[in-house]
Amino acid sequence: MAEEVKLFGLWGSPFSRRVEIALKIKGVKYEYIEDDLQNKSALLLKYNPVHKKVPVLLHNGKPIAESLVLLEYIDETWEGNPNLPPDPYERAQARFWAKFIDEKCLPALWKALFGEESEQEKAMEEALQNLKMLEKELKDKRLFGGGGGGGGGGGEESIGLVDIAANFIAYWVGIIQEAVGAEILNRERFPVLYKWIDELLSCSVIRENLPPRDKMLAYFISRVQAAKASK
Amino acid sequence: MEEVKLLGFWSSPFVYRVKWALKHKDVKYEYLEEDLWNKKSDLLLRSNPVQKRVPVLLHDGKPIAESIVILEYIEEMWPHNPLLPQDPHERAMARYWMKFGEDKAPILLGFYLNFGEEQEKNVKEAKELLKILEKHGLGENKFFGGDEIGLVDFAFGWIACWLEVMEEAVGVKLSEAESLPRLHEWIENFKKVPLIKENTPDRDRMLSFYKQRREQRRESFISSRAS
Repeated sequence: MAEEVKLFGLWGSPFSRRVEIALKIKGVKYEYIEDDLQNKSALLLKYNPVHKKVPVLLHNGKPIAESLVLLEYIDETWEGNPNLPPDPYERAQARFWAKFIDEKCLPALWKALFGEESEQEKAMEEALQNLKMLEKELKDKRLFGGGGGGGGGGGEESIGLVDIAANFIAYWVGIIQEAVGAEILNRERFPVLYKWIDELLSCSVIRENLPPRDKMLAYFISRVQAAKASK
Repeated sequence: MEEVKLLGFWSSPFVYRVKWALKHKDVKYEYLEEDLWNKKSDLLLRSNPVQKRVPVLLHDGKPIAESIVILEYIEEMWPHNPLLPQDPHERAMARYWMKFGEDKAPILLGFYLNFGEEQEKNVKEAKELLKILEKHGLGENKFFGGDEIGLVDFAFGWIACWLEVMEEAVGVKLSEAESLPRLHEWIENFKKVPLIKENTPDRDRMLSFYKQRREQRRESFISSRAS
């Protein structure tokens, strides 16, 4: 039976890239449609009337939104190379950390980098604390792991849900730091996390599904300039 | 033998989500009340060092935190009397709405957590969110889970059993029956389910608790503005 898989995404969005990585790890063929955020496409509004944003996956005509929801859907729908481990307790741990990343780490990082000046210091403290906890969770593993074959020889050393969810930390934070002239994440403060970043970015499926660095940097630099201009 | 413990707080709707799921599945568990405001137990601090909050489920000593994560765990460990649909697309939709509830919680609860302009803004936005929930989440179904209750109903259980008490404590109405008829119908149906009816905190106790907490919050708000 011919399957129709379409992904509405955005070249620079870490959330969109999470889904692409998961689809690629599974070897799922899909059609990618770049969404023009400025003029929200009619199709997107039709398929994600609630949030009106990407990524949205269309599988045989049925739409699903939210990147973490999609990572679970992809695991349940297509066989092989799962991003979640089989054991329920380990699955719960992975879900906990993915939630922690989305609900605590990312907002704190974003505020620390782009927030109002009055909020930045507090957000910075929070971001550092959160990253420390995340780093602690890594312990002596090369990857957060739990996946079944995407990045290495299998077992705990393979790319899992948490690795994919933390893509913003592995790639975007460094670029944004450069654009805004801040430094939250550095090798000295987070040696273990940096080892993880090196390991993750050395996986071809990750590397080949990230936006080009110079293009991403240029985007954030122009965002910073626009923000300054509007003040 | 399996040992299941639940660390909780008597008024927490997040804890009740887990209680409902455990009871729905007939899982025997030991409930341990946490003295959240005065002294959190060592067990809680050890079991949830990241967030230091309830609910925490301990299964044979292994801790799981975050109510939605616990719900998924319970569903996987005890698959009988399922609370999630079998179909992957429908499961994804259930997860989507649970996430919607989590992500929008600060706004939905803003009427209770916040004051002044911010509270007004939250109330306005929350009303819109409830409309979205009613239209796209519930649709024409009796429950979020379809004909029977499921995890999504548990996740939004606070709207059925806690919201009107909090509204009374604060003196603000978020959810009017005239503007949200389907949601109010769901509230009535949900509250009638025996599992839910027999497992909600005492209303009077909740009312005085939320009134007290609201006053404490107001004092903090006023003093933080003065400084």
